[in-house]
Amino acid sequence: MIELNDVHKYFGQLHVLKGITNHIDQGEVVVIIGPSGSGKSTLLRCINYLEEPTKGEIVVDGIKLNHLATNINRVRQEVGMVFQSFNLFPHMTVIDNITLAPKKVRGLSSAAAADIARELLDKVGLLDKADAYPRQLSGGQQQRVAIARALAMRPKAMLFDEPTSALDPEMIGEVLDVMKNLAKDGMTMVVVTHEMGFAREVGDRVIFIDDGKIVEEGEPEQVFFRPRNERTQAFLSKIL
Amino acid sequence: MAISDWLVIPEILPLMLSGLRVTVVITFFSVLTGLFIGTVVGLARLSNSRLLRALTTAYVEIIRGTPLMVQLFLVYYALPEIGIHLPPMIAGWTAYSINSGAYVSEVVRGGIQSIDRGQMEAARSLGMSWWQAMRYVVLPQAFRNIMPPLGNEFIMLLKDSSLMAVIAVPEVMRYANLMVGRKGGYALPIYVTSGLLYLALTLPLSLVVRRAERGLAKGDRA
Repeated sequence: MIELNDVHKYFGQLHVLKGITNHIDQGEVVVIIGPSGSGKSTLLRCINYLEEPTKGEIVVDGIKLNHLATNINRVRQEVGMVFQSFNLFPHMTVIDNITLAPKKVRGLSSAAAADIARELLDKVGLLDKADAYPRQLSGGQQQRVAIARALAMRPKAMLFDEPTSALDPEMIGEVLDVMKNLAKDGMTMVVVTHEMGFAREVGDRVIFIDDGKIVEEGEPEQVFFRPRNERTQAFLSKIL
Repeated sequence: MAISDWLVIPEILPLMLSGLRVTVVITFFSVLTGLFIGTVVGLARLSNSRLLRALTTAYVEIIRGTPLMVQLFLVYYALPEIGIHLPPMIAGWTAYSINSGAYVSEVVRGGIQSIDRGQMEAARSLGMSWWQAMRYVVLPQAFRNIMPPLGNEFIMLLKDSSLMAVIAVPEVMRYANLMVGRKGGYALPIYVTSGLLYLALTLPLSLVVRRAERGLAKGDRA
């Protein structure tokens, strides 16, 4: 589903990703952990080309990413992204947030897009908020809308960039529940998060990134409780 | 100067009002094209292309660094020397559009930059093209923020349109000058009248602008 081949990323002189190679299967849920500044968010953003890799190859759903705008837009339609800061469109109602891209990009009619939106809002438990504006919602509700918005494009994979880091503790659960259901439905997911409960319950694989490289990967139980690499051990002892 | 001099006002008012109509029409259309030019240039100044950025930056710096009067004279008096003859109204509209385009582009650029980068990224991550993201997500939010400065630009342009008197556009100041010349005096009542006519337009406008500013400050944003 997602193929990474020796991916490098420089920001000026700063070498952020130092040769990432990995393969993510269809239906797999991969959790990426690592210290801040390790490059985990950058890697995620490279997968849908919000950051352009300096070197290396990324293949998503059989499409090799390159500089062509049409190609990038096409891949992005298949890969949904959820951000730490939600990034809902504040000038639109919840339902307009969700229907915008299906209408403009997929060319759906307003009615068809609204049907999809309501179905997804129901799924994330916010059908009654369809006509609210983002500012009227709590952080947890906003993030659930953001997930519904990404799902409305019917993506084949979903990327989550620290989706619960900006939330008050009591709202983290509701967002994780939505993500768990998504994983159980068979969605391919790449999640940057330190929520260990989530990783253990639905994660197929945990990848630990440090200093721009994959240091260790494996099943959640193994990486979290029997880490082999001492850098993984050092990191986990700080966050657990 | 006698009190009775002021009785000249009813006599000149019809002409002055027709001048005011020209002032409003020409300002309105100049703002419209200025907004169009300003949006295009504002976007170009944020583009990745170095050439596009250099060209538009030069445009903005040249226009903002030279007097409007010089620009007006260039369009009306200098262009005919290279074979381009524009009637006064069209020449005025052209010069003012180019001029206001430069100022508006700075306002638009600031407005776009004030919108969080995450908005563009979220839109692009949904598969929208750069232009779709601009049009449906970034620009609507930017324009809300720049309504007050745009209103101020409109007010400036309205007042500066009085300069067009020198290229014989039949607007308020042009008629005022003609009247003073023809009547051989009455400068005080005539120029006071023209000032009041401008005020009658700018005062309500700045009231609207200030209300819009207060609305934004109240923070009805996310």
